[in-house]
Amino acid sequence: MKARVHVMLKDGVLDPQGEAVRHALGGLGFDGVDKVRQGKIIELDLAEGTSEDTVREMCEKLLANTVIESYRIELS
Amino acid sequence: MRAAVVVFPGSNCDRDLAVAFREAGCQVEMVWHKDTALPSGIDIVGIPGGFSFGDYLRCGAIAANSPICAEVKAHANRGGYVFGVCNGFQVLTETGLLPGALLRNAGLKYICRTVPLIVGTSDSIYTSGYSVGQEIGIPIAHHDGNYTASDAVVAELSDQDRIAFRYGANPNGSTADIAGILSENRRVLGMMPHPERAADEGHGGTDGRAVFASIAGALAAA
Repeated sequence: MKARVHVMLKDGVLDPQGEAVRHALGGLGFDGVDKVRQGKIIELDLAEGTSEDTVREMCEKLLANTVIESYRIELS
Repeated sequence: MRAAVVVFPGSNCDRDLAVAFREAGCQVEMVWHKDTALPSGIDIVGIPGGFSFGDYLRCGAIAANSPICAEVKAHANRGGYVFGVCNGFQVLTETGLLPGALLRNAGLKYICRTVPLIVGTSDSIYTSGYSVGQEIGIPIAHHDGNYTASDAVVAELSDQDRIAFRYGANPNGSTADIAGILSENRRVLGMMPHPERAADEGHGGTDGRAVFASIAGALAAA
């Protein structure tokens, strides 16, 4: 089984990289990009039967820093 | 008085930190990240600057979960002293020993230069050699030094006189110009600037020397 963990900076935490990407898009002539937020996706190959709770524990302990980041888990 | 300096793969200020401790009169032992115990009788643990584990995942995240860091946390929870510089500050926020987090610099650039710092408190073994409001010149060298914390945390740091250093001219977007903070018991200090790089005439400045002198003085007397 696989898990895909999406990690994003929380709303309200300034994302200077996303802001730089927004500026660059504007420079390329793409108008109307109001906001860009950059995050990361972490893909995990897991032993069959691994619970979502275990993946959540991985997120809390290591994959995300919950002071500044939120995460979302997709299991497949 | 005895200091331990932790070495992670990718640490690059470990020896500078050890030299600064030693010059101040401390006995220093280097400790590897895989070690599962601190040497006995250690008064203070130094977490050095660098790029532990290549800054993979997040700066300091992998280091914070290394075997030695469990011991560093236990040392701090027993009331021991811990001093984190630069990547060491990032490690301390990742362990939860200090609140907040260090984000990418607001200007997105790696910054390496001496900056003015304003001493926020003299009430700690790290800052007792300075006076409140004193301006000192200390080098910074970081890409992720943009301190962030909730308004409530910043208010608490301020109310409890735990902001050890502020930037004179904010170089990286840090909330409330914060450059270094103390734990609630005032025994854990994390700071982005490098006092160990301003501790010898040969460094071009000695404004950081008082940090090590006051640590050594306080712990020798203890």
